[in-house]
Amino acid sequence: MNAILTMIAQRLALGLLTLFVVSLIIFFSVSLMPGDYAEAILGQAALPDTVKAFREQLGLDQPAYVRYFQWLGGVLTGDLGTSFSSERAVTELIGARFGNTMFLAAYAAVIAMPLALVLGVLAALYRNSFYDRTVNVVTLTTISSPEFFLAYVLIMFLSVGLWNGSEMIMGGLFPPIANVSNDVGFWERVYRTTLPAITMTLVIVAHMMRMTRASVIDLLASPYIEMANLKGLSKSRIVFKHALPNALAPIINVIAVNMAYLIVGVVLIEVVFVYPGLGGLLVDSVSKRDMPVVQGSCLVFAAVYIMLNLTADVLSIVSNPRLLHPR
Amino acid sequence: MSTKNNSREKGELVLRMRGLRMEGQADGEWHEIVKGIDLDLHRGEVVGLIGESGAGKSTIGLASMGFARPGCKITAGSIEFDGTDLMQQSEDYKRNLRGGRISYVAQSAAASFNPAHKLIDQFGEAAVQHGVLTKSEADRDAKDLYRRLELPNPDTIGYRYPHQVSGGQLQRAMVAMAMACKPDLIIFDEPTTALDVTTQIEVLAAVKDIVTTFNTAAIYITHDLAVVAQVADKIMVLRHGNMIELGETRSMIAKPKEDYTRELLAVRTYKKEEFAEANDDVPILKVSNITASYGKGVNVLDNVSMEIHRGHTVAVVGESGSGKSTLARVITGLLPPSQGSIEFEGEILPPALKSRNKDQLRRLQMIYQMPDTALNPRQRVRDVIGRPLSFYLGMQGQEKENRIRELLTLIELDPDHFIDRFPGELSGGQKQRICIARALAAEPELIICDEVTSALDQLVAEEILKLLQRLQNELHVSYMFITHDIATVKAISDEMVVMLQGEIVEQGEKDVVLTPPQHEYTELLLSSVPEMDPDWLDDLLAKRAAGEVVSTIASKPNA
Repeated sequence: MNAILTMIAQRLALGLLTLFVVSLIIFFSVSLMPGDYAEAILGQAALPDTVKAFREQLGLDQPAYVRYFQWLGGVLTGDLGTSFSSERAVTELIGARFGNTMFLAAYAAVIAMPLALVLGVLAALYRNSFYDRTVNVVTLTTISSPEFFLAYVLIMFLSVGLWNGSEMIMGGLFPPIANVSNDVGFWERVYRTTLPAITMTLVIVAHMMRMTRASVIDLLASPYIEMANLKGLSKSRIVFKHALPNALAPIINVIAVNMAYLIVGVVLIEVVFVYPGLGGLLVDSVSKRDMPVVQGSCLVFAAVYIMLNLTADVLSIVSNPRLLHPR
Repeated sequence: MSTKNNSREKGELVLRMRGLRMEGQADGEWHEIVKGIDLDLHRGEVVGLIGESGAGKSTIGLASMGFARPGCKITAGSIEFDGTDLMQQSEDYKRNLRGGRISYVAQSAAASFNPAHKLIDQFGEAAVQHGVLTKSEADRDAKDLYRRLELPNPDTIGYRYPHQVSGGQLQRAMVAMAMACKPDLIIFDEPTTALDVTTQIEVLAAVKDIVTTFNTAAIYITHDLAVVAQVADKIMVLRHGNMIELGETRSMIAKPKEDYTRELLAVRTYKKEEFAEANDDVPILKVSNITASYGKGVNVLDNVSMEIHRGHTVAVVGESGSGKSTLARVITGLLPPSQGSIEFEGEILPPALKSRNKDQLRRLQMIYQMPDTALNPRQRVRDVIGRPLSFYLGMQGQEKENRIRELLTLIELDPDHFIDRFPGELSGGQKQRICIARALAAEPELIICDEVTSALDQLVAEEILKLLQRLQNELHVSYMFITHDIATVKAISDEMVVMLQGEIVEQGEKDVVLTPPQHEYTELLLSSVPEMDPDWLDDLLAKRAAGEVVSTIASKPNA
């Protein structure tokens, strides 16, 4: 057990180091973006003196490395700076949006993870059957379609409905726009975010399901599964007690990658459903050259990514009895 | 113990197989792999199924449980277990028998125990699932059986995971698991093949004890006649899915009727004809005071010194974990030693592979245990053998082509037939021949043979040994022969080195080492090799119990 704690501590330290490197990359690549906030706000007609004064006011006249260390110092004390455009604290801006993003990601994960596991295990058990082929084709189709297209198809069928020549049929099940604010209750929030959650599920389920299928098929050929068969155990017991626990490590890693996508990669889905998530905020801020918000959002995304991979590593080690119970 | 079994008379028919035919799928086509087998098995009786790989032994063994592996199917015949034809029964009926009234002991316990669960949970699983025992009854039985099979700490060993116990213990735990429901029939599928000889004894004794105590019927599958002679009442010899011969163990070993059985019996008789003279010049290889370890752990080799002379074969023997293969890795430079030196014809070899020059590399070649994995499946025979020719000797074009053909002729494979084949189109023995040709292509002075025959069938292995010997006579190449098989040592070596836990315990001319007095470990190793005598195991166990011969070796405290 101590070995595992040591390992977790090592990975955490490594994660922090990665985060530091990422902060460097974020800061300096953001500085490389053409134009700056002062020019963007004041417009092309602004006098050089006005621009200069405005930049001094924002601190943009100082050399990049000085600004970096100021920013880093702030980050370490939990202060991500102040937004140029709204003059609100970046932490406050990101905080609300981050909650929304996490809510939607968790919602999609709650649907997608069990679905992918069940579909994958069944596909492995009945491989090359009609069921297996159907599931493969359907999930591959959804992963191959652009996510905004999936979103609009869902909106058409489940929200707006179809015109059959005389009346609208179907539709009306869910709202096409996922507008949530702080005063919306939990279940209402769930109801309003169902369409984006389904869209995200459709995007990620194929990957996880195929990995589950492959891992389980791999394991079903192993001697201890044959042994379980020869012990006369039931099929469900063989799968859930003998195969799945040993298939977890690769599955966990794929799940982690997909969870990360749910949090950092869903800008398009947020745009389609007008959902106030972190992705939308990032895009807005980039177009406004609002550097503190861009940097803050990127840093949060990076931290989430690193944490998820760390969790996956730890979980896959914990799921391996050789490491959990050393000799 | 269960009253069910005791109420049954010895001699009652348990299994009756008639005209069993099975097909297996290869390259999308179905081929018959079992061609009409009849088998009767009575309570308390053990039948040995013996034959080379591909004979259909395991397939028949599994069929007696009404089971066919994926890619196999039973096409005809009847399998009557306790009077009921399994072929006519539902999958659920058969599932209920499996693990309950018929159980199975697999070849590799390490692979057949689920790594995610404790031994004792796996022990009781079938019994609990079939409703024969409660979990606490199963746990109690497990401890009884672990004690009976002389596992260390029988009350607690079950709470360990499979990777936490040794191979021999795991195999005994699997025999115990097979007994959990006190079955009427047990299939032992090569239960000792993956074990060292000293461990094999323990498992054989356990099998014999269980079968006699519980009056269980058993099928014992192996490719080793000497092993099956110890446990079986009768033996069935199989080849290519046909039955060659069936008879009482004693009479078959004394008077085999068929030529094939005679061949199987004769495989252990091959012996190197003449003992090569030790010439007094500098040895080809001189290893002095080598100490080596992986990482910062315990030393895997401890102060090892040995010599190999030109044209000689030195066998390095010992159990798994004794450091044999590590010694080979040190000599080839894959693992630089922490102390000691290696001289090749009087010249010090750089310890690391990277700092050796091409000529030093060329003169030392290796042949591996698994010809399947030692050959690149995407390279034709021509490329496999051609590569060292161009790499070491700079041969190109027609010269290289001629040399490849010459080498193929040398290893007794027809160049016209084999030069364009891929490894997948070769048998196990042919692949090993290609590996030998590849080693010879470099024109080496020493070849390290790492268990080169242990993955092969006995008759094929014998051919390979003869080939290696012929090549030595013709080319005066030296061999370092790493093996755990004493029969191989007797057959091919001039000198031998006995290793135990990273140290050399005894070395010298083969006949000297093989003749008493010996180091007690050498004695243990030699006495553990099964002999073609049905009474060998009983006699040995009796002698060991009486303390007349060595039965264990005190192990190093840090090992």
